[in-house]
Amino acid sequence: MNFETLIFYFLASIMLFAGLRVITVRHPIHAALYLVLAFFTAAGLWLMLEAEFLAITLVLVYIGAVMVLFLFVVMMLDLDLQRLRQGFWQSLPLAALVGGLMILEMVLVLGRKSFIPDFASMEPHHAADYSNTKELGRLLYTDYVYPFELAAVVLLIAIVAAIAITLRRRKNTKHQDPAEQVKVRRADRVRMVSMPSQKQSEE
Amino acid sequence: MAFAMPNLTPALPEIFVLTMASVVLMADLFSGKNRFVAYMLTQITLLGAAWLTVSTSGGEIVHTFSGMFVDDVMSDVLKLMTYIAVSAMLVYSRSYLQLRDLFRGEFFALVLFAMLGMMVMISANHFITLYMGLEILSLCLYSLVALQRDSAQATEAAMKYFVLGALASGLLLYGMSMIYGATGHLELDKVATAIQQGDGNRTILTFGLVFLVAGLAFKLGVVPFHMWIPDVYQGAPTAVTMFIGSAPKIAAFAFVVRLLSEGLPTLVHDWQGMLIILALLSMAIGNITAIAQTNLKRMLAYSTISHMGFLLLGVLSGNNGGYGASMFYVLVYVMMSLGAFGMIMLLSRQGFEAEKLEDFKGLNQRSPWHAFVMLLLMFSMAGVPPTVGFYAKLSVLNAALSAGFVWLAVAAVLFSVIGAFYYLRIIKLMYFDAPQDDSRIQAQPDMNLLLSMNGLGVLALGILPQPLMALCVYSIQHSL
Repeated sequence: MNFETLIFYFLASIMLFAGLRVITVRHPIHAALYLVLAFFTAAGLWLMLEAEFLAITLVLVYIGAVMVLFLFVVMMLDLDLQRLRQGFWQSLPLAALVGGLMILEMVLVLGRKSFIPDFASMEPHHAADYSNTKELGRLLYTDYVYPFELAAVVLLIAIVAAIAITLRRRKNTKHQDPAEQVKVRRADRVRMVSMPSQKQSEE
Repeated sequence: MAFAMPNLTPALPEIFVLTMASVVLMADLFSGKNRFVAYMLTQITLLGAAWLTVSTSGGEIVHTFSGMFVDDVMSDVLKLMTYIAVSAMLVYSRSYLQLRDLFRGEFFALVLFAMLGMMVMISANHFITLYMGLEILSLCLYSLVALQRDSAQATEAAMKYFVLGALASGLLLYGMSMIYGATGHLELDKVATAIQQGDGNRTILTFGLVFLVAGLAFKLGVVPFHMWIPDVYQGAPTAVTMFIGSAPKIAAFAFVVRLLSEGLPTLVHDWQGMLIILALLSMAIGNITAIAQTNLKRMLAYSTISHMGFLLLGVLSGNNGGYGASMFYVLVYVMMSLGAFGMIMLLSRQGFEAEKLEDFKGLNQRSPWHAFVMLLLMFSMAGVPPTVGFYAKLSVLNAALSAGFVWLAVAAVLFSVIGAFYYLRIIKLMYFDAPQDDSRIQAQPDMNLLLSMNGLGVLALGILPQPLMALCVYSIQHSL
């Protein structure tokens, strides 16, 4: 076992532990934090696979943005844990049965034959000046330009859908209309009233 | 580093639909309260896309975008059928949407985007493209279900659909990554050659295949991955249910055929067994559970499940004849499904959904012609000759027989006899029961015409199924 394998098993065991805690821990905030840990170790694993750009993106985007947002949402929600857990014990036997069966099947399939691929045939390490980011960028804008454009369509759909579902105009809300505000002329707002000047009361 | 500009001609229909979907979004913004502009633009888009598809079809297999996109006869035929289905859906649902304040620009834009997703799936030659198309389609469908935001039922359905759909996407991706790990390729034909040459660990391949088939089964909605179908069909506005129940099935067929028969043909003995179980369970549970339903939309949902089981009968035979039969089946199913949901919308009025079985009582006395159209549609769904449903069922059964699954064909016939009960029950309600409500049936002339054509088409295709069948077989033979 060389040093690299040692690091791999170190990171992988933390990741498995964190993943397990995500679903077993009681408090949702803790679960989210364990998920952050799992992402972080996954980023470490990706680094070992020489996918530096993806590893950094995972940390920046998923941990830095998505999970923080997620934490905010969890904190804002008034989660009633008691209600969420309702029916857990009733469904447990069936769930355990199905889960057990699936594990048994997987063991039967995997136990007989080797599931471990031939490592000798894996690609060798790249030279030190090999740029993962550059290669990724090249592929993304040449060979993968079609799925890349489609991903843009997915984002557009997300915007349209989010607005279509959430935006509604209530009839009686009071809101500002900047265009109207700008267009306003003096005549609309100020009314000149000519009043006869009052005579000074006689003393 | 040399990069050749991809040949854009085969993808012209996709590019056109994407452009026009954005145009619809913008045009709707500036057309004030008049939503008819968006509606007409959408119909024009469908017409233009059909013209582009026909004019770019060369009859041979063309790859572009570095082998991610394929244009062949099958994709052209399926795309044309998709345009027709979407166009019919829009005509049927126009007044329904207007009465429910859903006749909005976003509806048309989302429908067009969803259709783009279907087209991408139909023309996919790469795991990533297949997945992207599926995601585009699914995202649009989730949001269309949720569009009626004040209806608790629709929101719940959208939520269920979204969660289960995300799970299914995860399964699919996991399966794809396994197969990528085993073969080192993502392109479907390269995956097929790699497996044929004996590359890749067989265990990993089978393992990946299990996840792949489970994901497919979720998206098709076959037992035991069918839980979302009844809730979504019932909860969504009928126009959206009609949309989910029609055109996406064509794309799902393309998805299954591309993935299993184009990408993994050498694993046929592995996926055949899985599909047999899925098909058998779907036909059994779909048909038996449908009997207990009192809600017509829910009943049609279970009927979809059983029809998808029949669809798999053709696919699992693993030969071109079987795929052709399945293609015929899916096109026929889409036609019948459009007609049936069209009838529900015909009987619906402002604030009233004709989704209960009782709402069809005595339809013959209220409108004999509409009752007759519904009779044809129900006969076809049940598979009664001379309607086309009979011929569709016969051809998939033939495919299963020719692959040597006699017992499966016998079981399928038995379950379709059970299924005939609930279709015939509607006919009994229409013709032999007294109507409960005597309000006049009002429909736009275009909807009436389309409904009549739909019903008569089911009959005409049943008498003359050969042209469509020949088209299906031809396009499969020249594509796979």
